Amino acid sequence: MKLTSEEQDMLDGKYGKSAKKSMEILATLGEIFDAECMVDVVGVQIAGVSYANLGEAGLEFLSEMAEDGKVRVLTTLNPAGMDRENWQALGIDKEFAKNQNRAIDAFAKMGIITTCSCTPYLIGNTPHFGQHLAWAESSAVCYANSVIGARTNREGGPSALASAIIGKTPKYGYHLDENRHGEVLVKVNAQVKGTDEFGVLGKIIGDKLVELGKKTPYITGISRATVEELKSFCASVATYGGTALFHMEGITPEYNKYPKPSDIIFEINQDNLDKTRLELIDDDINIDFVSIGCPHASIHEIGKIANLLKGKKVKKEFWITTARPTKRIADEAGYSKIIEDAGAKFAADTCCVVAPIKGRFKGIMVDSAKACYYGRSKNKFKVKIGSIEECIEEATG
Amino acid sequence: MKLSGRKIFKGIAEAEAIVTKDGISFYGGVDPDTGKVVEVGHELEGKSISGKVLVFPSGKGSTVGSYTMYRMKKNNTAPAAIVIKQIDTIIAVGCIISEIPCVDRIDINNINTGQIVVVNGSEGTVEVK
Repeated sequence: MKLTSEEQDMLDGKYGKSAKKSMEILATLGEIFDAECMVDVVGVQIAGVSYANLGEAGLEFLSEMAEDGKVRVLTTLNPAGMDRENWQALGIDKEFAKNQNRAIDAFAKMGIITTCSCTPYLIGNTPHFGQHLAWAESSAVCYANSVIGARTNREGGPSALASAIIGKTPKYGYHLDENRHGEVLVKVNAQVKGTDEFGVLGKIIGDKLVELGKKTPYITGISRATVEELKSFCASVATYGGTALFHMEGITPEYNKYPKPSDIIFEINQDNLDKTRLELIDDDINIDFVSIGCPHASIHEIGKIANLLKGKKVKKEFWITTARPTKRIADEAGYSKIIEDAGAKFAADTCCVVAPIKGRFKGIMVDSAKACYYGRSKNKFKVKIGSIEECIEEATG
Repeated sequence: MKLSGRKIFKGIAEAEAIVTKDGISFYGGVDPDTGKVVEVGHELEGKSISGKVLVFPSGKGSTVGSYTMYRMKKNNTAPAAIVIKQIDTIIAVGCIISEIPCVDRIDINNINTGQIVVVNGSEGTVEVK
């Protein structure tokens, strides 16, 4: 890979220790993936924020990087392991909270905006079409590439941090036109509706892609999709299929830029959706926890939840996970009061995937296929998927 | 016998090889406190990789694995070096931040568990003694 003289100087340590370590990471990745050069990025999203995942070692790494590391571009964070203001009410222990804050402080010291959300694109880290990024968080990567038409590989925590400090990423993979065309034509012969059903669709497509050993689907037959439906779909297809990019005819901006794949065709009808939904409902589930906001709830979703909860009381633990800026809008709009009067709780900055809640609940109901996956695998919960309306019915019924 | 591959991270280490045909997930698959492989059903389940030259085909699993490798280095439970058939982002980044010598593009069938090997991450070579 060709390095500019400035990049070489960074690698040689002339820009300090953190820049040297960061360039080592980026230059090595560039060599491994045959990048010709680096490309400037306009934004970074960092994963590996929850202390539950970082541990003491990850924290030590971040603290070392923070000694002389400063980010050069707009950089935001993935969800942390707790709500930074309301952690006690949500049952997080003191020691965990202390360590979580140490991690966030290290990020802040480097100039990173500590938003702690998996939906950076809803709260100000909002690239436009064609811009290069270095994002971690698989659902946001999929959204940025597909729905926005920006360009990013699926970064891990350290490589995203390295890109933030250098302001560049090696130019390979999804940064190049040649890797962005659809590989499998997916014909949807059904009216897909709601965040839950778009999540089910993501699981069908994701599972199929793994079976085929392919990454990029070209989807037809979806006549309309909301931002919320697309974010749910992105999270699901990335979780089940490792997908970082899809094209959706008439919906996503690059659908007509590349030829429609014609050699591998795969069809989905209502029957497939109904059957796959059943795979996301465990037998003998005893629901004691309902959580909406995977990926983080938008202000539109929170408004809808407030409307549905108005004058009711929840009888089960009910979390709405969202970004803190979105929560603040909800406060001002009066939604938070309605929701909290109903007994539901906001868990801002965090989510049911990264919070340390294993063992606290037995059965979780969600509107997200991604949350089903991690609820089962990471937290050992029984799971049930349903629409937002069904989730609220379960909680209040 | 001297095998030539590609340098991933610099440094020289000489140690006993531990070889597996299974992929390795450092996050969840290896206990960073003991250095033992804990993935159920893994060829190396229950065996320690600490201080050895770990030889395997490829990485797998969560990107958090890079931090697990760093934690092992700090705990003195990390492998002395890594020899891998095909490198991936998680293992590469783990080696860089943990400063573990690493070489890829090596035909790992040429190395057996128990052999003493010298890994030269700066040159991209692996010498089987």
